[in-house]
Amino acid sequence: MELLSQPWPWWAAGIIIGLTVPALLVLGNKHFGISANLRHVCAACLPANIKFFQYDWKKEIWNFFFVGGILFGAVAATLWFQNPDAVQIHPQLAADLNEHGITKIEGLVPEDLFSWKSLFTLRGFILMVLGGFLVGFGTRYAGGCTSGHAIMGLSDLQVPSLIATISFMVGGFLMANLILPFILSL
Amino acid sequence: MSNNIDYQIPAPAEAINTDLEVRSLDTMCVNESQLKHPWWYNLKYSVVGAFFGLAFVKAEIVSWYRIQEMFRLESFHMYGVIGTAVVIGAISVFLIKKLRIKSIYGEEILFHPKKFNKGQIFGGLLFGLGWAMTGACPGPLFAQIGTGALAISVTLLSAIAGTWVYGYFREKLPH
Repeated sequence: MELLSQPWPWWAAGIIIGLTVPALLVLGNKHFGISANLRHVCAACLPANIKFFQYDWKKEIWNFFFVGGILFGAVAATLWFQNPDAVQIHPQLAADLNEHGITKIEGLVPEDLFSWKSLFTLRGFILMVLGGFLVGFGTRYAGGCTSGHAIMGLSDLQVPSLIATISFMVGGFLMANLILPFILSL
Repeated sequence: MSNNIDYQIPAPAEAINTDLEVRSLDTMCVNESQLKHPWWYNLKYSVVGAFFGLAFVKAEIVSWYRIQEMFRLESFHMYGVIGTAVVIGAISVFLIKKLRIKSIYGEEILFHPKKFNKGQIFGGLLFGLGWAMTGACPGPLFAQIGTGALAISVTLLSAIAGTWVYGYFREKLPH
């Protein structure tokens, strides 16, 4: 039990995530990919005569069950396998965040940036709302996210997925190192 | 005896199914399984998702801090996770193809080659920016909400809005 509550090492998580690929294929010929759910929500709720959303989303309903499972797994991790120790982060990251008044290093997201209160500050709004928008817009434009391209696509040795994954990383490096410090200073 | 000729009744012209074509636009998640199952058969995907979500949280893959450390090259953790997952996934896909492993319902497991388009670069860059801002890709958004960070549901709604706006402008964007 204590072993489960400690933060898991990278290889353990990597194995479980990697095994998701054959599990979904063998259980029902399903290709691992999560961002498609965002599209299925659009198709189900607000197709609005847009051709991109005119399809039978019910054929992809398994994916809603899959993310429902993710939600449940996360709740279980929090309720029953909560890590009792303080979160460890790189000292340089802690120092840089501290400079911008982000001092409460707890949980999985800094509360100073991601909370209802923060939503009504400029930097919180940019990170939560604009950040989320870019995730939804960008993944669909790219045709997949970290799961569909970086895990599933690379596992299938797809060159377009490699190109997409490299683009994800370039965007992330630019944001984390060059743009984010400016947003945090707002 | 009737000497009527048995007519081969021509099958009604099959309605052209554009559904798969539309669904496969820019998405990896297409399957054309012909099986019809009751809804609760889908619960097996929830079980897989639950293990996945547990690993997401326990290995802190959904942590904003770990994502920052990854992009700031301050930690090997995320590279280890993604690298291991790709190696395990690639071995699995190789074995499935090589041994022609079928799904548990006996269906052939199909793979769809992806075509390159510029969206993978432009969209990829935009998603990368958002990933480093929110510390989450679409999967971790659900997991972060599950850990009790309910305000992240705003980020999730915004991501859905982003997807919708992409769909709206799709024809005008370079691909």
